[in-house]
Amino acid sequence: MRRHVVTVANALAVFAALLLLWQLILWIFRVPQFMLPSPWAVAKALVARFPSLLQSFAITAEEAVGGILLSIVVGVGVALIFAQSRWVRRMLYPWTLLLQTVPIVAIAPLILMWVGAGTFSVSLIAFIISLAPIIANTTQGLISVDENLVHLFLMHNATSAQLLFKLRLPHAVPSLFVGIRIASGIAVIGAITGELYAGSSSVGRGGLGYAISYAYSQLQTDYLFALVLAATVLGFGFLFLVMFLEWYFLHHWHESARPPDVE
Amino acid sequence: MIAAPMIEIQAVSKRYGKGPAVLETIDLYVSKEEFVTLIGPSGCGKSTVLKLISGLTAPSTGTLRVDGMTAANAREIVSYIFQDATLLPWRTIRQNVGLGLELAGASKKRRSERTDALLELVGLRHVADAYPRELSGGMKMRASIARAMATNPRLLLMDEPFAALDEMSRDRLNEELLRLRAEQKWTGVFVTHSVAEAVFLSTRIIVLAPNPGRIHATFAVDLPFPRTAALRATPAFEQMVAHVSLRLRSALPQ
Repeated sequence: MRRHVVTVANALAVFAALLLLWQLILWIFRVPQFMLPSPWAVAKALVARFPSLLQSFAITAEEAVGGILLSIVVGVGVALIFAQSRWVRRMLYPWTLLLQTVPIVAIAPLILMWVGAGTFSVSLIAFIISLAPIIANTTQGLISVDENLVHLFLMHNATSAQLLFKLRLPHAVPSLFVGIRIASGIAVIGAITGELYAGSSSVGRGGLGYAISYAYSQLQTDYLFALVLAATVLGFGFLFLVMFLEWYFLHHWHESARPPDVE
Repeated sequence: MIAAPMIEIQAVSKRYGKGPAVLETIDLYVSKEEFVTLIGPSGCGKSTVLKLISGLTAPSTGTLRVDGMTAANAREIVSYIFQDATLLPWRTIRQNVGLGLELAGASKKRRSERTDALLELVGLRHVADAYPRELSGGMKMRASIARAMATNPRLLLMDEPFAALDEMSRDRLNEELLRLRAEQKWTGVFVTHSVAEAVFLSTRIIVLAPNPGRIHATFAVDLPFPRTAALRATPAFEQMVAHVSLRLRSALPQ
């Protein structure tokens, strides 16, 4: 408990120091407000436009969640196919790397063209960018089952469905969570990037990415900073949510999900 | 009346791919209710014999029958205990012990009756709802034994099940294993590195020699049942251990 208090106190001290440094830079170099607003101006913008900021936040969160959920469904499905044979993996696995290497900024306009603007196409972009880690980790979990456990199931004349649902899938859950943890971070980035292109189907209503590009075009730099802060909070929130779920589902039995006993 | 043997292995050889022979023309007959231990230096193919009997791998040449059936068809009457406890970490001890029955499609009621009885038998009733990670090595092995017993096997294959345990737990589990055998009358094939363990448990000991794996010597162990911890201190026991150890040494490559 004491350790947590110290950790939080440290984090707050660093945050305060950064704010001070920021304010000092403004004073010393006399930076104009539209280039770099003061922390105070950002705070004021945050409070004044909180309802619309919250709305953008909710839209982006929804899009990212949609992308992640789709990634999990499709990713686990693909991993199940990959787990069937080494031959299938060798044939198809390199193609999943394509998902990771293709620049999302290049794909976004295409999605916009094919599917149209709006939350669905943004979710689609978040899905594309977050799919690869889920496939890779889940496949690894499915195929790394101890050989003796497979033998045990075979000795009991287990069907292939039993092997899958009672052995391989539960064994892959910790790896799936590693995949989701990685994917959750990049899905938020994907959603915001997507919104820059395909953000809004109606003027004035859009997610954080849309709001950021709009604030930028209006030179509302203080609000822009508030939006960036919100995007960061969203990313963190996602990560913590996934980590909580991971702990919730795995702490009974899996080493990684338990707090270390000694430090 | 001559009882049909539980295991008949006739002129069986085993090689993996084009590699050297792991086992070379093995002949082995195990009668019902015998407890046969295979012992020998590393690379003598002890574990391969168990894999063959369980049907997890097929002989390259020769014939092998388990209770008159092919090894694969006989699986219903066979249970296998591995060197590790091989418990599923996401299941409680109770759920692990019930695994075999669950895979065979037994009803929930029958499953819980059987697992409760077995947990009682191996002294794990009090940790039935714990997860494997919370148990000691010896307790995990007990759970593994209970799981193997759950399907009422008539042949039990054990691949160095107690190798990873400290000597005290190992001795205790040896005694418990004999107690279970006296009650349930299964046939046992056991693999170990420990001569004392082999002598304590077996009715017959088979010493294997390596490169290629073959039968080097066979000993009938005439020590009377029931065998208890006190047996280990008797001259007859110590003599047998010394005797087998000597032959085992001669099986080692020079």
